[in-house]
Amino acid sequence: MELGPYILLASLEGAVTAAVLALTAVGLSLVFGVMRVVNIAHGEFFMLGAVIAWYVAQSFGGHPALGFALALVVAPLFVGVIAVVADMTILKRIEYDPERTIVATIGLLYMIQQLTLMTYGPEARPVEAPFNQRIALPWFEFGDNGLEFYYPWGLSTTSYKLAVIGAAAAVLAGVWVLMTRSRAGLLMRATQADREMALAFGIPVERVYALVFGMGAGLAAFAAVLIVPIQQAHYLMGADPLLLSFIVVIIGGLGSLPGTVLAAVLIGLSDGIISVFFSPTLAKILATLLVGLVLVFRPQGLFGTRSA
Amino acid sequence: MSETGRIIGLHLGLLALLFALQFVLPAYHHGNLARIMVLASYAIGYNILFGYTGLLSLGHALFFAAGMYGLSLTIQHAGFTAAPALLTGLIVGAAVSAALALLALRTAGVAFMIVTLMFAQAGYLTILYFAEYTRGDEGFVIQAAQRVLWGFDLSQPTNRYFAAFILFATCLLVSLTLVRTPFGRTLIAIRENEERVRMLGYNTFAHKLAAMIISGTISASAGAAYGLLFGYAGASFASVQYSIFPLLWVLLGGAGTVLGPFVGTLFMFYLIDLSSGITTAYMLIAGVTLVVLTLFAPQGLVGELRRRVWRWLP
Repeated sequence: MELGPYILLASLEGAVTAAVLALTAVGLSLVFGVMRVVNIAHGEFFMLGAVIAWYVAQSFGGHPALGFALALVVAPLFVGVIAVVADMTILKRIEYDPERTIVATIGLLYMIQQLTLMTYGPEARPVEAPFNQRIALPWFEFGDNGLEFYYPWGLSTTSYKLAVIGAAAAVLAGVWVLMTRSRAGLLMRATQADREMALAFGIPVERVYALVFGMGAGLAAFAAVLIVPIQQAHYLMGADPLLLSFIVVIIGGLGSLPGTVLAAVLIGLSDGIISVFFSPTLAKILATLLVGLVLVFRPQGLFGTRSA
Repeated sequence: MSETGRIIGLHLGLLALLFALQFVLPAYHHGNLARIMVLASYAIGYNILFGYTGLLSLGHALFFAAGMYGLSLTIQHAGFTAAPALLTGLIVGAAVSAALALLALRTAGVAFMIVTLMFAQAGYLTILYFAEYTRGDEGFVIQAAQRVLWGFDLSQPTNRYFAAFILFATCLLVSLTLVRTPFGRTLIAIRENEERVRMLGYNTFAHKLAAMIISGTISASAGAAYGLLFGYAGASFASVQYSIFPLLWVLLGGAGTVLGPFVGTLFMFYLIDLSSGITTAYMLIAGVTLVVLTLFAPQGLVGELRRRVWRWLP
């Protein structure tokens, strides 16, 4: 294959990464924005989503599409409930102190990981995609006969991957509408702007916090269900999404939703394209260093206006 | 007895007890205690930054690994003997902690945690990337013949225990002395209220920088000693887990207490050791311990002891 089709293929793969990453990172960003706490267990909520999707798909006979559709609803709800319980039993009791929350969510991370290992086991298990047609993509060339279209070998995507991008975009639009147009979103934004003042105006801040924490975890779980037919469910799969979401949230500006989505697309696409040319380890080294340096020299993020 | 007398008596008493224990302990616990003393030295280093200066770092594995690889790589590839390799480990550890401090201390709070986490992660990935020299996750063994320090073969259990004891005693006494000097008092003041300390005319940045370099160098000495005493260096010592362990030990024992790191390490080590007879899920125990600690005993074991009984504990 020539370079052109290669890059097209890489950016298509990158777009799938970006879509899933955007969902996960928006969940993390929402929690950080409204509650001002960093949730280290976010990657484990992602992993739980994938594992629950496998259980649902496994226990539900019939057409794979039905089991998958059910998983899309059940997994985020289930994970959301776990997160709400964690919020009410742990985070509320330590009064959302930023540093103690980090320690407590590290503890939560270990617990979830180990419990998954003990029940689900160390195997990576696939979930069948609901539909999976291969779509060959054309490429053009200026040959002797002028502009020609042809189908290079290996340049293809699947209908499922395109659906992932579509579904992610739809959910993100939904989150946007929820935050800007609904009453619940108004309460969340009010709490984000000034917790004390919101409390004084009778907003049930603790319930808003529980809801936001659950929603953030649910978004991560939803992203995981989307990716699990492509990636397989494994009990250690939460580490990479956590790191990448961190990178995205920090580059996009802490707590800014449009910035987060923009950064996810940027990171997802460049990750796809960079890993064509460099080794993945080197790409990760550069990315972690970039995040560290951005936080040191531009704490408000590349697109943000407010500092951490 | 005066307060100073009591403090010195307590700490020297602990050291005397640890020294005497090597003659009575069975082989298994003898080996464990040597390991605990090295890891407790790591925790003591962590405690200086976290417990006394109030800076929560999630990247101390970088310093531990800097010491470990500073020692083991020079032995393995440059043909150093143990003493200069140990010194190299310390120098590398000091240099790495100074470099990270200069960057990370520009931030505070949550940003400080994430910056240290990110740079430590970059360090871990770098070790994996140069797998040709470091052998990545698999790690490499330092041969017993290369672990002879000033004529003492450190692969022998008795010598190993004694070396671990000397390291631990040094770190403990350094830490005890440090927190009783005006410098240490200023660190505690920074932890309590940095703005006020700055207003009183202290250079808080210089104090935090020095605290981070001391903390990093002690951690690096523990890392180098671990490589030398137990003959192995691997990338897992640089992973996030090894940044979280000292946090866990210090929190458990009591942040901002001199004895806390040792008590926490001892407790956690035997908690995992005893429970691994029943279950393999030691990470679950670590997780539950972390959550329970943040909820019920933010002061830790020694911290609670100080709050309730011995108010004079440093």
